[in-house]
Amino acid sequence: MEPLLKVTGLKKHFPIKKGLLQRQTGAVKAVDGIDFEVLPGETLGVVGESGCGKSTMGRLITRLLEPTGGTVEFQGKDISHLGVGGMRPLRRDIQMIFQDPYGSLNPRHTVGTIVSAPFKLQGVEPEGGVRKEVQRLLGLVGLNPEHYNRYPHEFSGGQRQRIGIARALALKPKLVVADEPVSALDVSIQAQVVNLLDDLQQELGLTYVIIAHDLSVIRHVSDRIAVMYLGKIVELADRKSLYENPMHPYTRALMSAVPIPDPRRRGAKSERILLTGDVPSPIAPPPGCRFNTRCWKATEVCRTQEPPLVELRPGQRVACHHPENADSLTIPGARESVEITKPEAKAKPKPEPESPKAEAAPKVEAAADVEAEAETAEPSTEGDESPKA
Amino acid sequence: MTDKLTKTGAAPGEPVASSGAPSDAFLDVRDLKIHFPTDDGLVKSVDGLSFQLEKGKTLGIVGESGSGKSVTSLGIMGLHTVGQYGRQKARISGEIWLNGRELLSANPDEVRRMRGREMAMIFQDPLSAMHPYYTVGHQIVEAYRVHHPVDKKTAKRRAVELLDRVGIPEPAKRFDNYPHEFSGGMRQRAMIAMALVNNPELLIADEPTTALDVTVQAQILDLMRDLQKEFGSAVVIITHDLGVVAELADDILVMYGGRCVERGPAESVFYEPQHPYTWGLLGSMPRIDRDQTERLIPVKGNPPSLINIPSGCAFNPRCPYADVPKGGITRTQRPELALAGDRHFSACHMPQEERTRIWTEEIAPKL
Repeated sequence: MEPLLKVTGLKKHFPIKKGLLQRQTGAVKAVDGIDFEVLPGETLGVVGESGCGKSTMGRLITRLLEPTGGTVEFQGKDISHLGVGGMRPLRRDIQMIFQDPYGSLNPRHTVGTIVSAPFKLQGVEPEGGVRKEVQRLLGLVGLNPEHYNRYPHEFSGGQRQRIGIARALALKPKLVVADEPVSALDVSIQAQVVNLLDDLQQELGLTYVIIAHDLSVIRHVSDRIAVMYLGKIVELADRKSLYENPMHPYTRALMSAVPIPDPRRRGAKSERILLTGDVPSPIAPPPGCRFNTRCWKATEVCRTQEPPLVELRPGQRVACHHPENADSLTIPGARESVEITKPEAKAKPKPEPESPKAEAAPKVEAAADVEAEAETAEPSTEGDESPKA
Repeated sequence: MTDKLTKTGAAPGEPVASSGAPSDAFLDVRDLKIHFPTDDGLVKSVDGLSFQLEKGKTLGIVGESGSGKSVTSLGIMGLHTVGQYGRQKARISGEIWLNGRELLSANPDEVRRMRGREMAMIFQDPLSAMHPYYTVGHQIVEAYRVHHPVDKKTAKRRAVELLDRVGIPEPAKRFDNYPHEFSGGMRQRAMIAMALVNNPELLIADEPTTALDVTVQAQILDLMRDLQKEFGSAVVIITHDLGVVAELADDILVMYGGRCVERGPAESVFYEPQHPYTWGLLGSMPRIDRDQTERLIPVKGNPPSLINIPSGCAFNPRCPYADVPKGGITRTQRPELALAGDRHFSACHMPQEERTRIWTEEIAPKL
């Protein structure tokens, strides 16, 4: 299938200027070379911690920002450097839903004006008139069409988010990019909006890119998921593979950190990987693999060589020298890319964690500035080395 | 189970409202009401809340925004201005017993001396809770010296020790940093150090991890669990995240519209929830630990306005079971907390057998 959106080597560096002459002294590398594609009708979830560049990515693919490097192709057309005029006809097809339902609606405009603005801007005269169409849209997102003349402050957070969704859908877009669409909402309201997005996709055949930090929400809404860390995609896979068999250590740590709403599983510390420290600054990301400063598996090669994003299993792309759960690799080329790292890994005096030693292993690593909770079942590192040795 | 006992609030374990008698429990809140008069009307943020907490135990208060959780915590700390100070004049009634002393009727100076020493608080946003002009160390030392007549050197030693304990690397160096030089997770650690510096017996944490990333949240939750074991304090943790309470709390209290709708041991609240609102919360939540359920089961409608709380059960306009016949009880009658299991209370008019049936047959299989 032709991808609806294709992103290659996408970069966005925000310059840091200092002094009287405003000379550039550095750059915040918010997005630093990412590749992915979005197929028509699917939902791509993008997840990561704050500062990983996921929102910048969303603004790049909607072309609210101009990329520093790389390309964004929409339906085969390169849109990376189109101007305002060039983008205008495409704006119908690419729409955005914003995080903050308070900041994204003009408080002095009525709901009718807000939702009908896209028609005005694009010069579209919907069938049956603007007013009728707006009321249809309001009904579609579960609002009372009679509330056409009300102002945003008369609505609750969840209802405002619905207004934002109605506006995004007005021009029947092909791609909808939603940046944290539910994170500002209460739990019970969050579920309403998640279900609404679901229904609309079914009904209108929409393609979504949903950006969120909440792994449970992302899992619920996405078909495929990209995990970002410091401006890079570290793992890109379909939902099932990603949640059942995460291969990047960061993905694993991220998922194990989610508190599980089940008191019987409390203190299942063995399952939890505690990362130490914080995410490094995107101004000076660490050399090699960006996760190496917090990774319990990091070796010399991780500190010098940046791992490429390669397909290690069908549909699962991972950027790691020492992937997890890698024992059952099925793609021949992928084996090689893992094997390249083998000599260096073996050369390290530090013993790789093995299942019986799992308790002791983290202590060794704690000394190496990385404190990981014991991983009880850790056959993976063994698995990916020994069969090939 | 014990349906007969449920008519009044006087089932075993349930505090008798406003008896005036000192309590055996370490923290005993009785019929707490906190109302704010505003131009639009009286905002009933907390409207009759009772609970108890023993030392060494953790109570998790769960609820959505505007359910009164934070107002409760500030109320216990005595941080609502009453009467002549400030513009916000809270009307507070009820009783708060801490360690055999009643706080609401106590002399404000006395409460001030207790604050920080016997009860301390961790706020959601450490950047605004800390003073930006003073170093982190200075602020911790200050908190210590208010309650302990020691020289600065001793206080500094204590502060560095605490910073080290909460996992701040190079604490002696970091002592002289300003809050903005710390990352979000480190600030939250420093804030915990500041709260613990006087060894408080009661620690209230208001959304302590909401502003943090999930990997940092896991670190802080772990730290809080360890510290509680070490310090043996009673902890009230306030959050909207059911995952966080499931990690930390021994008991859970679910708030809705300023009142408690359900309260009990964590396990029974999660496995045998008795109130339709709790079911709604559990159904609304996407779960990372379960197989994908096709659709979430949201609660319809919106949370109530606290100026105009629905009469009867505050949840009734949103409750899918509001029309289930309840033996002549009308919608305008307010359900009281009633015993629904071992130390487990819930405020719902539906007969308990019916609720148990709905939960086990209709709700639980869909989660």
